[in-house]
Amino acid sequence: MHLVVCAKQIPDPETPPAAFRIDEANNEVIPAQGIPPVLSQFDGMAAEAALRIVEAAGEGKITVISLGQESAQAAIKQVLAMGADEGILLEDEALQGGDSYTTARTLAAAIEHLGDVDAVFCGRQAADWDMGQVGLGIAELLGWPSAIIGKDAKVDDGSMVVERVTGDGFETVSMPMPAVVTISNEIGDPRYPKLQQIMQAARKTVTRLSADELGLDPSTVGDAGARLKLERLFIPVVEGEVELMEGETAEEQAQALAAALREAKIL
Amino acid sequence: MARNILVVGELEGGELSSTTAELLALGTRLVDGGAVSVTLLGSGAGDAAGAAFAAGADNAYVSSDAGYDDFRSDQWVGAVEEAMGQSSPDAVFIAQSMAGRDLGPRLAFRNDTAVAMDCVSVEDDGGDLKATRSCYGGSAQATYSFATSPAVATIRAKSQDPLETPNDGGGNTVELSGAGDSRSEIVGREAAVSEGLQIQDAPIVVSGGRGLGDPEGFEVVEELAATIGTDKAAVGASRAAVDLGWYPTSQQVGLTGKVVTPDLYVAIAISGASQHMAGCSGSKTIVAINRDPEANIFTAARYGIVGDYKEVVPALIEAVKNLD
Ligand SMILES: Cc1cc2nc3c(=O)[nH]c(=O)nc-3n(C[C@H](O)[C@H](O)[C@H](O)COP(=O)(O)OP(=O)(O)OC[C@H]3O[C@@H](n4cnc5c(N)ncnc54)[C@H](O)[C@@H]3O)c2cc1C
Ligand SMILES: Nc1ncnc2c1ncn2[C@@H]1O[C@H](COP(=O)(O)O)[C@@H](O)[C@H]1O
Repeated sequence: MHLVVCAKQIPDPETPPAAFRIDEANNEVIPAQGIPPVLSQFDGMAAEAALRIVEAAGEGKITVISLGQESAQAAIKQVLAMGADEGILLEDEALQGGDSYTTARTLAAAIEHLGDVDAVFCGRQAADWDMGQVGLGIAELLGWPSAIIGKDAKVDDGSMVVERVTGDGFETVSMPMPAVVTISNEIGDPRYPKLQQIMQAARKTVTRLSADELGLDPSTVGDAGARLKLERLFIPVVEGEVELMEGETAEEQAQALAAALREAKIL
Repeated sequence: MARNILVVGELEGGELSSTTAELLALGTRLVDGGAVSVTLLGSGAGDAAGAAFAAGADNAYVSSDAGYDDFRSDQWVGAVEEAMGQSSPDAVFIAQSMAGRDLGPRLAFRNDTAVAMDCVSVEDDGGDLKATRSCYGGSAQATYSFATSPAVATIRAKSQDPLETPNDGGGNTVELSGAGDSRSEIVGREAAVSEGLQIQDAPIVVSGGRGLGDPEGFEVVEELAATIGTDKAAVGASRAAVDLGWYPTSQQVGLTGKVVTPDLYVAIAISGASQHMAGCSGSKTIVAINRDPEANIFTAARYGIVGDYKEVVPALIEAVKNLD
């Protein structure tokens, strides 16, 4: 069995709001001083789902793929340290600056390049742009079925069985493989690599592939192939000022709040 | 420039969902002489067409096949594709619902076009559609244009106003094929949602966070909601509290939980991370109870109490009881 985990490196989403800055002239986020980029949370969870399947089967290989800059090696290494076997970094001038479409297209090409993949695991959404479409895009481009917002997945009798979160509970979906699964935080915290695993990961190979090696026409990927054009990136203004309730005791403050809400005809 | 707009409708208990009405109204604001069409799939679809016309649709593409009642991507994509073939849309609007999160990207990729997810506005900018959505966990907003057609956008619930006065012109109904094959099969289901008033519908939401310290902390949060009235107030939670297993997933408010827009949102022992605010910043009034005066929640709140919830919330319950 060969599983792929798609892992993206992103600015730390836990960056305090006060340290979050945008370069409005270039529509870019300015990396916060001293806060290194991280593996997108849900991608670690996607890796966890893939690892559980290989463990349950007692066999299988996991390849982690990232499209990004040189620094995305760190995201790949993190998933390798969790237990994945091989890494692929898609890093190339032609691949930079794309949108969800070009990302899915590039990742799908890498998956086809591997040839024998039984399932792809993605995060439910990358915690930078919060789009939630690359996993489905890969599925559509490869012609595979998919299940999104999974909290667990297992392989049962050759089918991919995914327990997924719905608006009002959970649902179990069974689909033929190869398939794409996207994973949500309901799976729980991903495993934490041991020191020894981190050292082993440092020695695992990370292959680099370019647009050319993937047989991708440069006009269809990266900035040139993007279909969604970012026109403006800005920080929304929060208006208004908080009125803190005065009072010596919690009782006095609570009474002031109840009175204010009554006054405003809210309670 | 006249444009045709297709709205992917959804039914709730056989009736047109309120979000579908919001999307249809958005369609009427952007159509500029073209036609607004809607797809309606599943039991009750035929009957819901009337409500869709009143909400702004000119054409309804319907199939009342019960095979559509459960959302399965393959079947729904097939049906919407059929309607797209007949209505030639320049834009397709889909709710950012459980179905829409799947359908939006699938449809866009199948039609070689782009989708913007979870948009809060779509505007006509000199003939081009521009969609705005939040990103970076709610810390930023991004406006996009579409290089390909049709433009596909999933739209956040309650971000658009429905028509003020219903249309009374009626419309055309076109039958769609019944549900086709699905590669995926739903083999199990577990309901995990609180009884009674749902947080998305409640005029008042009282939420608890990690600062409650333990699952028992939710007891006073629930008591506050009950004191306000079970017909008015529902209880929500931050993801940190849900991840700790203190409260059910179905009650999570935020980016990856539910989006609520109540008249009053009370955040108790919640720090106000951008990803939490993404789910409640549309509330009319936010009240924060937090012992840390520097907590980010106070930047979004209208009223606040700095203090320990263990003292403040019981006192607030008494104060609410003593109103009148
Ligand atoms: C991609 C992504 C998606 C996410 N999606 C969501 C989402 O959908 N919803 C969501 O909520 N979060 C989400 N998060 C998590 C979010 O970033 C925060 O980690 C989370 O909201 C924190 O929850 P909290 O405020 O309950 O806990 P904390 O941040 O730990 O805050 C606890 C607060 O309680 C206060 N407190 C402590 N003790 C007391 C006391 N005795 N009395 C009064 N106050 C007290 C503290 O001062 C503190 O402000 C997401 C994160 C990421 C990266
Ligand atoms: N640049 C990337 N490299 C690898 N995987 C990615 C990349 N972008 C997105 N993904 C995968 O697709 C998921 C959804 O991303 P998105 O559609 O951008 O929200 C992520 O959680 C990743 O698993």
